[in-house]
Amino acid sequence: MSESSSSSPRGVAAEPKLIFESGSRGRSALFWPAEGEDVAAAIPSALLRQDIAGFPELGELETLRHFTRLSQRNFAIESQFYPLGSCTMKYNPKINEVAARFPGFAQIHPLAPSDLLQGALALLFQLEGMLAEISGMEHVSLQPSAGAQGELTGLMLIRACLTERGDPRKKIIVPDTAHGTNPASSTLCGYDVVQISSNEHGVIDAAAVEKAMDDGVAAIMITNPNTLGLFETQIEAIAEIVHRRGGMVYLDGANLNALIGIAKPGHMGVDVLHMNLHKTFSTPHGGGGPGAGPVAVKSHLAEYLPVPRIVKADGRFALQEAGAKSIGRVRSFFGNFGVLVRAYTYILSLGGDGLEEASRMALLNANYLRKKLEKSYQLAFNEPCMHECIFTDRTQQRNGVSTLDIAKRLLDYGYHPPTIYFPLVVSGALMIEPTETETPETLDSFVEAMLAIAEEAKHDPDLVKSAPHSTPVKRLDEARAARKPVLRWEARAADDNS
Amino acid sequence: MEFPEGLKYSKEHEWVLVEGNTATIGITEYAQEELGDIVYVELPEVGEKVVKDDPFGAVESVKAVSDVYAPVSGAVLEINDILPDNPETINDDPYGDGWMIRVELSDKDDLSDLMDADEYAEYVRQQKENEDDEDEEEPEEEEDEDEEEDK
Amino acid sequence: MRYTPHTPADQERMLRAIGVDSIDGLYRHVPKTLRHRARVNLPQGLTEPGVRRRLASLAAQNAAAGDWSLFLGGGIYHHFIPSAVDAVISRSEFSTSYTPYQPEVSQGTLQALFEYQTLICQLTAMEVSNAAVYDGASAAAEAVLMSRRIQPTTRRRVLLSRALHPQYRAVVRSYLQNLDDVVLEEVPFDAGGATDTALLAERLDDRSMCVLVGYPNFFGVIEDLAPIRAACDRAGAQLISVTTEALALGLLKPPGEFGADIAVGEGQSLGVPMNLGGPAFGFFACRKKFVRNIPGRLVGETVDSDGRRGFVLTLATREQHIRREKATSNICTSQTLCALGATVFMSLMGRSGMRRLAEVNVARAHRAQARLVRGADLAEVFSGPFFNEFVVRAPNLQQLFAKCAAQKIIPGIALEPWYPELKDCVLVCVTEMNEAEEIDRFVRIIVE
Repeated sequence: MSESSSSSPRGVAAEPKLIFESGSRGRSALFWPAEGEDVAAAIPSALLRQDIAGFPELGELETLRHFTRLSQRNFAIESQFYPLGSCTMKYNPKINEVAARFPGFAQIHPLAPSDLLQGALALLFQLEGMLAEISGMEHVSLQPSAGAQGELTGLMLIRACLTERGDPRKKIIVPDTAHGTNPASSTLCGYDVVQISSNEHGVIDAAAVEKAMDDGVAAIMITNPNTLGLFETQIEAIAEIVHRRGGMVYLDGANLNALIGIAKPGHMGVDVLHMNLHKTFSTPHGGGGPGAGPVAVKSHLAEYLPVPRIVKADGRFALQEAGAKSIGRVRSFFGNFGVLVRAYTYILSLGGDGLEEASRMALLNANYLRKKLEKSYQLAFNEPCMHECIFTDRTQQRNGVSTLDIAKRLLDYGYHPPTIYFPLVVSGALMIEPTETETPETLDSFVEAMLAIAEEAKHDPDLVKSAPHSTPVKRLDEARAARKPVLRWEARAADDNS
Repeated sequence: MEFPEGLKYSKEHEWVLVEGNTATIGITEYAQEELGDIVYVELPEVGEKVVKDDPFGAVESVKAVSDVYAPVSGAVLEINDILPDNPETINDDPYGDGWMIRVELSDKDDLSDLMDADEYAEYVRQQKENEDDEDEEEPEEEEDEDEEEDK
Repeated sequence: MRYTPHTPADQERMLRAIGVDSIDGLYRHVPKTLRHRARVNLPQGLTEPGVRRRLASLAAQNAAAGDWSLFLGGGIYHHFIPSAVDAVISRSEFSTSYTPYQPEVSQGTLQALFEYQTLICQLTAMEVSNAAVYDGASAAAEAVLMSRRIQPTTRRRVLLSRALHPQYRAVVRSYLQNLDDVVLEEVPFDAGGATDTALLAERLDDRSMCVLVGYPNFFGVIEDLAPIRAACDRAGAQLISVTTEALALGLLKPPGEFGADIAVGEGQSLGVPMNLGGPAFGFFACRKKFVRNIPGRLVGETVDSDGRRGFVLTLATREQHIRREKATSNICTSQTLCALGATVFMSLMGRSGMRRLAEVNVARAHRAQARLVRGADLAEVFSGPFFNEFVVRAPNLQQLFAKCAAQKIIPGIALEPWYPELKDCVLVCVTEMNEAEEIDRFVRIIVE
């Protein structure tokens, strides 16, 4: 701990204490009089604890100040531009937050009788319909908590369907550009992964799929546009090949923000897909969730969807818990309902026209940035990009400056870096997705910063390589964190914690 | 870069020191350089059998995991017990203190597939040239550096 | 509503810079067959007041706590949430930030998660905690998958207590049905409402992988994990404790003190609104020696190049973005903001507050149970000790629910759909948010 170093900043920039290093013995922010409970009479002492050693003991202002100070050490969309490729860091509307906090949504219990939850069930039912329309699919389940869980659900649906046909099969085809969750989900579902390579244009050849496809392949997992921001132009042919041999097509819908009003997955031959509500549908990323990853399917997979299903009869909504062929549940209750309320509010706010316009502006912003940067940074692929564009560090590497260095230097300019080193097929990838909610002026400022860094890489590479300089902490020793993991605070022997 | 004489080398960048019927195995200087700071080492148990060309363990850096392949077949006699707490030893002294396992050779003929120091030095030179040429990175390891978008 | 700021002049300027004549030109390479039928057939967007009105009318059709008296538990609990919690998680620096892959500008989230991990370790008395997973049910499933990674391949029998939350058992089943080597078995509960330990001990053998027990269980009963731990030890099986009511750990002996190998559960009780069951978060804690097998994110402490303390995501080689098909899990986006809310909650409650709140739950639930069993003449079903939930049998459940609804009371959860043998039984939960007056009304209704 370097708290008392004389070169440490003071005041607002000072290194914060941990919550356990603050407070005082006996302090609490809870005001709640005792109610004469005779705990010993109710519960045997062998089942009781003595104390919660080390738990914080602070007042309310102290606690608030602690977390407020912490928040000031974060970048966030509302303070900084976040061009993270494939993350779709668009504006998180405030009206969504208001709606999600209505007591009629926040203070309701999932096991209350259905007739006392008609508003919630109506919202879920309508949201299913909206997502089906947007994606061109037929049935939706809102249960999965995130994209990865959506993937697992989708693969389980495929497996259940094929198993019922008497042919579960063993393999999933996954492109080399796929997000890591794709192969991880496949393994979780009991499949082996067969990787295929994209071609020199960054997309998958139908011929490559033809070669890899056989009667042992249950499905292909494809992202469209792919993680290079490129539209998989051969998708219809690919779907046809896979279907012909009895397999199915799973679409990773992470990049759906590029497609609304432009192309519907349901028309591409997709059997099942997931969508990321915390990307395309504006729900806040929260520093790592909560999100939601609903799945949408064509009719032949509907009977396998997780239970309960929401059904409408005579204007009333009910829950169908039984589904003989359902894969069961992938999580408790209805999923991340609070997130679903936000997405519903967003779709209602924008309407069909607004959603289409959002995708168009997303494409406009991405292509604008691409044009402005392509003279100073090497483009990974000279192909039409959609909502994101991808560069490499080849030019800057001539002076020993890497993508990592460029990313860290961008922090000094007040920007969150783009996605880096993903996908793996591009060396030193810098993937930029501005989203549609950014002004042209913001994009111009970002371009200025990127061009300045390109210049620095040429004339003052060490400045870039030692970045960041102006962040609350400098480059952190990740090797040390992995070698000697310290994953919690511990009281020192001398601390008064008894 | 060092290529100690008296050692044998595999295409997967392991080295072998043969003493009688015992083989000591580790990864080469080139391998540790490519990996970066090593943070964790996965080793087999004493008594386990290792099979030529199959992975017997793994070496982890912060952002990558690399399988380590057995250059020869045999039964594990000893494992280097300083590595669990001090994995960086492989970075500091890959041919000496950074040895990984010691096996009893089951088939001395396995050694004939390995390279000597000069051949390996040339092999490494080739690898470095190929890296300089290409745009694409070929992940033998599962590698990813910093960031990734979330699902 | 529109959040896109582009004026026609902006668009024109940008298109000129790009060198295309219209935005359509940007996606002409998308096959025509797809482009021509891509229209999204949804109604036009609304103004903000219009949106608010629509949402408000939907919200009004749900029975919300505060308006209705809820005596509902079963895995989601109505607890006090200090105003300060929402004040913190509403801060856009926390809510609109990304996963902390660039640690230099994410020290807020990273330090808060480090504090979260510590608090969970302290609460459960376990050595290591991750940075949260989706919910308690998927945490239970991930725990079984973790046990499968740790235990040898000869051990693939999983024993689930039937007194563990039915939805949790269902999720474990879903996750495991695609892995052919695992066998799931259920162990019945006894008259006390706890897992039948004698039967469990009989069923455990050298092919047993792990045992999952609710603590407290679905019926609210506090099971004694000591004999279960002993039985697991004799068989070499791992003990996984599953807690749906995390607040109970403020008072009860923590799973770590019983020697649990893995302790998981639902964190919703710790400062997260009910939200119709989500989002909340699943906590996941285990023994230190298993740390490289743990799923989900881990935050670790380190220093920067100036020697200053800082925090980073660590041991990432376990995770999907590096290990891909060999990852410990596929989890990526998790429930960070909810875990942050819990961190604020636990900090505000503190060492004494957690206990105080838990004690109030015990007091109110036990007084209510006594009044229902004696005064309202409902039958006590299980004799085991309970925290804040208990099961009673009523002569006519349908009538009871109807009478209660007329008074805006939901008396509990009918158990028959999950436990056919528990006909006319209802699981009643009483927390610090149920006033004495509500309980009075509740008792009166039944007596009348």
